[in-house]
Formats: sequence, C-alpha cells, structure tokens
Amino acid sequence: MPRIKSPEELEKVKQDILSKRDPNKSCISVCAGTGCLGLGAGEVIAAFQSEIEKQGLNAEVDTRSAGCPGLCERGPIVVIYPEEICYVEVSPEDVEEIVSQTVAGKKAVERLLYTDPNTGEQIVQVDEIPFFKNQKRLLIEDNMKIDPRNIEDYLAIGGYSALAKVLNTMSPEEVTEETIQSGLRGRSGSGFPAGKKWKFCRGSRADIRYVICNCHEGDPGAFADRRVIEANPHNVLEGMIIGAYAIGASEAYVFVGDEFPQTVENIYKAIEQAEEYGLVGENILGSGFDLTLKVSIDGGGYVLGESTALMASMEGRVGEPRTKYDHATDKGFWAKPTVLNNLQTWANVPLIINRGADWYCDIGTESSTGTRVFSISGKVKNTGMVEVPMGMTLREVVFDICGGIIGDKKFKAIEVGGPMGGFVPESLLDLQVDYEELDKVGLAMGPSLIVLDEDTCIVDMVKYFLNFLAKESCGKCNPCRDGLRHMINILNNIVEGKGRKEDLELLELIARVQQKAALCALGQGASEPLLSTLKHFRDEYEAHIEGKSCSGGVCKALSTAPSGANA
Amino acid sequence: MGEVTLTIDNKEVKAEEGMTVIEAARNAGIDIPSFCFHEQLKPYTACRICMVEIEAKGKTDLHTACSYPVAENLVITTKTDEIIEIRRTLLEMMLSHAPDSRDVRALAEEYGAEKDRFQKESSFCIHCGLCVRYCAEVKGNYAVGFVGSGTSREISFNPEIASKECWDCRECFELCPTEALQTAYLFTEALTSSSPPFEFEIKEE
Repeated sequence: MPRIKSPEELEKVKQDILSKRDPNKSCISVCAGTGCLGLGAGEVIAAFQSEIEKQGLNAEVDTRSAGCPGLCERGPIVVIYPEEICYVEVSPEDVEEIVSQTVAGKKAVERLLYTDPNTGEQIVQVDEIPFFKNQKRLLIEDNMKIDPRNIEDYLAIGGYSALAKVLNTMSPEEVTEETIQSGLRGRSGSGFPAGKKWKFCRGSRADIRYVICNCHEGDPGAFADRRVIEANPHNVLEGMIIGAYAIGASEAYVFVGDEFPQTVENIYKAIEQAEEYGLVGENILGSGFDLTLKVSIDGGGYVLGESTALMASMEGRVGEPRTKYDHATDKGFWAKPTVLNNLQTWANVPLIINRGADWYCDIGTESSTGTRVFSISGKVKNTGMVEVPMGMTLREVVFDICGGIIGDKKFKAIEVGGPMGGFVPESLLDLQVDYEELDKVGLAMGPSLIVLDEDTCIVDMVKYFLNFLAKESCGKCNPCRDGLRHMINILNNIVEGKGRKEDLELLELIARVQQKAALCALGQGASEPLLSTLKHFRDEYEAHIEGKSCSGGVCKALSTAPSGANA
Repeated sequence: MGEVTLTIDNKEVKAEEGMTVIEAARNAGIDIPSFCFHEQLKPYTACRICMVEIEAKGKTDLHTACSYPVAENLVITTKTDEIIEIRRTLLEMMLSHAPDSRDVRALAEEYGAEKDRFQKESSFCIHCGLCVRYCAEVKGNYAVGFVGSGTSREISFNPEIASKECWDCRECFELCPTEALQTAYLFTEALTSSSPPFEFEIKEE
C-alpha cells in the first residue's frame, strides 16, 4: 500500500475498501480477544475456515478474527453478519451446524443462542442481549466488526477521519479547545481534564515534547484497558496522534506490559500498518506534521502504573516512584514536557473530534462526560468488559447489565477501583459512576469492578488486596512497606481467631500514617480497601474478633455462626 | 546561586538556592530527624521520618525535608501533632525490625514510641539505603544493593563484587543505623572468602 498523502486520498482509500465489500455478504465474526482465545476461539476460527472450504462457500462468506465485544463469561463469542445473530460458548463441533443452518440456510441454531438467565428467553440478535443493550457503547461498539490486525477494517468504519479533519482544518489550539470543551477527563483515576493537561504541556518551552499512552494495567480483576486497545488499537493510536499534534509532540510511546502478548502484538501490528499507510511517521497525510510512534515494554511491576515509576522504567532506570515537585507537563520523560494519558482517554479523542464537544457533553453527567469501560468480575451472572455511561448507578451495572448475582444469592459488596479502591455496600449501590460521586465516598475511577456475594468474607478479601500490594509495592518507603507488613500481620491474627479488641484502632493508625506519609500514590492509597470496610463492614471485623465467627464461612479457624450466637 | 529567606519553626532562616529544607534547618541549628538523608548522597525520601509541614504559595502540605528545595518565603513547621504521630508510628514499626538499634531507640525515646506495639519481625534492616547508595554514588562499586520488592525487599551484597571491593573498603559500615549491614556482609564474606568466617574481625574505625 503506498503512503496516503492527503485527507482526500484517505477518503478515496476508504471508498475503495467499501466498494470491494458487499454489506449483504455473510461474515462470520469470531472474538479473538485474549479471553475467547483462552476458551478455544483459535480452534473455532480454524474450524470455520475449513468448513467453509469443505462446503464450497468461499465466495459467499468471509470469516473474521474480531476484537473483543466484552461478554467474556460466555466465550467463544460468534456473530454472523449481516443478520447479527450471536452465538455463545461455541466449540469446533458446533461449526458445521452453524455454517449449514445459519450461513447457508439463514436459520438460527437455537441451542447456541444466549439465554437470559433471569427470564429464560432466548435472544437472537447481538444488540438485543441485555448485557450489550444496557451499556452505552462508544469505544467498544464496533469491536466485532473489526479485525484488530487489519487496518482496512478500521478505515472502512471511518477510522483516521478525525486525524484527517484535525490536520486539514484545525489548529493545535482548536483541537485542545475542543477537547477542553468536551469535558474529557483522564480515565486513570484522578480525572484531571485532558485538554487542560495538553494546554499546560504546549505552554512549556522545550525543544521536544512527548506523548505517552499508559496501557499498564495490573489490578486484580482488571482487564478492560488492555482489552480496549487490543480490540481496536488504531482508535487509540489515532487519539494519540491527534493529541501529539495538539501538544506539538514529535515522539509518542505506548507503554504496555509484556504479560499481555496478544495486546502487545496487536499494537505493534497496528503501528506498522499505520506507518505503511502514512498515518504516522513523517509528513502525516501530507500535512507536514511528523510523529514517531513507538512501543515501550514495561517490566511488569504493578507500581509502574505510577507516573514517575513509569517514566523511570521507560528511561531504563529501576521502576520505583520518586518524589518530584515538577509536573510531567513541564518535566516528564527525559525531563521534557510530557503528556501521559490512559489509553481510554486517548480512545475518546477521535470520537470527540468527529462528533463534536457538544455531542460528547450530552453523554454522562455535567462534571463527568462520556463513558468508562470497566472489567467486571466476581459473583455476577455475566462477567466481562462493560462500557458504562457516566452517571449510571452501580446497581444498574450489577443488575441490569450483568444480570444480578449468581444463584440469586444476596449481594454483599462491589469493589471499585482495585487494590487502592474500596468496597461499596448495598446501602450505597445507587452511587453514580461519576468522578465527584465516587470521590465523595473515597473511591476513584479505577478500571475494575468486583462483585461479592454473601458467601464472601470481607476481612479475607481485604487481606487478599493487601497481600497483593505487599508484593507489588516497590518496598522503598517505610510507611508503605512496613505499614502493609503490619496490617497483614494483624489481619492474619484476626482470621486465625487471635484478634484483639484494640486491633481495629491499630489498623486505623497505620492506615492514617500510611496515607499521609507514603512516598507515592500506591502507598497513599494502599489502605483504602481496609478503611472502606472498617467503615461499612465494621461489624464483620468485630464478629471475627469478639464472636470468633466468619459469616461467609471462609476463615477456617472460626465458626460460621452469626456473631452473637456463641458470644 | 542566590540567597533565599524562609521561616522554620517561627525562626527566620537564610539559605542558598539549591539547598534542601533539611540542610537549611540543620545549618540554622534546627534538627529535623532522618535516617536516609546523607550530605554526600542524592535525596532518597524513603524513611519519611523527616516529614515536615511546608506552606508554599498558600498551600500547606506535608513534605520530606530531605528533598524539598528551599524557596523564598517558605513557612516550615518541623513538629506538629500530626508529624509526631507519623514519626512515632514509623519508629514503632522500625523497632519491630531493629529493636536494638541505638539510633532508632534514641529517637524512639524522644517521640514516646513503644517498643512492643507491633509484632516483632527482626530483619534488623530499616531500609534507609545508605549503604546501597553510598556504594553506588560515592564509591561507584555497586557491591551492595536491594533485592526483592514490597515487604520482601532486603539488602544484599553481590558476592562477585564484594569479594573484590569490600575487604579494603567497608566505609558503609559506619553509616548503618542497625546491625543489618554487617550481618549481610558477614554472610557474603562466609560465602566468598577462603578463610573461615569466625576469624573475621570488623575493621576498627
């Protein structure tokens, strides 16, 4: 493919691709995301290809290894276009029947359809499944229509048109202003307005500026970020290139962990194709704007998600956080002005440019616009990746999107924001997904949601998160390292029936000191799960200590009787 | 380098630009305690004992004095109830590792830190990193380093380097606020030396 030299040429390439594609031609789209591949999607794809060959249908039907749509619980997922018939838990043995019945005979195979766990109703079309229907899918809607390793699929749905619009008709200041107007906030947790960050960076005097996309994701139960970029890498790259233009950056990096090989491969492939098409590199789309786009592989430690540790790792130093008094927008990567944004932040940019800040502001709440893609796991009927409009309540996420608790057991808590997040009890389930609302109860916009039912022990869960951080902390500063060690010691005693009355106050003391004195955000936030449960589930701790009982039946040294029964 | 004026514990203090708050304070005879600060080494900000309250540009916050650069009109308070609680708790946690460390015990007494509040876990090291950083930054030897992460982080000598460089140096020994460093060295020495470890004597300073 020769390099595309102008926005007009880009439009022509898109029309060429579309003219070669018949929208009425059958296409078997199989999710080739990490989750479905793990459940055997690779074999399913191979089986489809050989079955189509066998039935002599090569001319009539295409197959596609698509991006992840999110219903990971029920994978491998297959969608047959143009009818949009969705099959779940497909195995190679089902392939012959699908090809003969659905592709050739245009009839659904009923036993492979999604059955609503609450109504027992079978659902044919993908968009009618409540799990998808109740989401607001802006970033992940097209995933099943795209092969992440084929740039033509992205171009066919209008990909890189936002970049063309920016380079052709907008000044860097106008791009920044549009982003500020959209209200787009950083998706990594703190929620700093993205456009403002870009403006600060552009205002710093320097010979070179950098753009970094943070794809680092290590929370237990978190897989949404890597899945978003794995499923549609070009969307994120397009956002980064637009951002780099706005900031005046000449180098951009995707910071990603080697522990997600599929994600890393898709990113490399996407950069290679974007370079080949002239969408990144020198003189992008003939505009005179140059940008080098590279991948920076991280060392895999959780703490590398912290910005100073991240940049230290990128510079080849030990990935430990350090104390700093400069903003990255002044002195970041190699001490030059740098904009570091989460990949979901970047992924929203093309959308904002194409459809306008006003349109974007209508989604979500006044102070938190747009959507957030979460991974949801635990004791809900449908787990996977969900895109939630800001302002939706956690209750709607758990019950409307995910279908409620498995076995219709009692809901106990939802953990929001991973190891540095907190536990939300039933009484706060109407909390809205919104930066301010979450902040009011001490929570941040983390990437993961974990749902717990009545059989979970809160003390055991908190111990799990603290043990995770005890390994993942760098161990440099005393409040974080020693604080975690002693909090775990105390909790170990409690679950073994050796808890003392004064332990809860001691835990609160360590947490208080750690929050104020730890070096970086990891240490400062490490006690959040503990503190949120001491607030909302204190009776459970007291039952462990005074009643020597664990109502979840998890702590083997204790009885399962409700507290009071044996007091 | 220009001169700046700041206030530390209600006292007007002059300092050279480029200095840190701990240096300015100590020059003025105000002691801010710290275990990981050393004049010859880059600020490390790990022990957090030197945290002080700094008011700058209308904002008051806790910062490590060993890294915070002096600036005109800073207002610094080196001891508040909050700071005392932080120092006392950190010291109590250090005592669970290094109950016999003279330096830690002296400060613990000053702050009323209890020796037995936390479960004992004698690793002796309080992770100030003085040995590691001195060896790297001043000597350029990298004979001792940190291994492990999180709660498993410990100091360890690299036997290949230590067997060549440490015998005639051991300048880090006197920096160590605990006995951990000598213990780690003795262990390495036992592994790398041809002479039996019981003949080893700590060099007289």
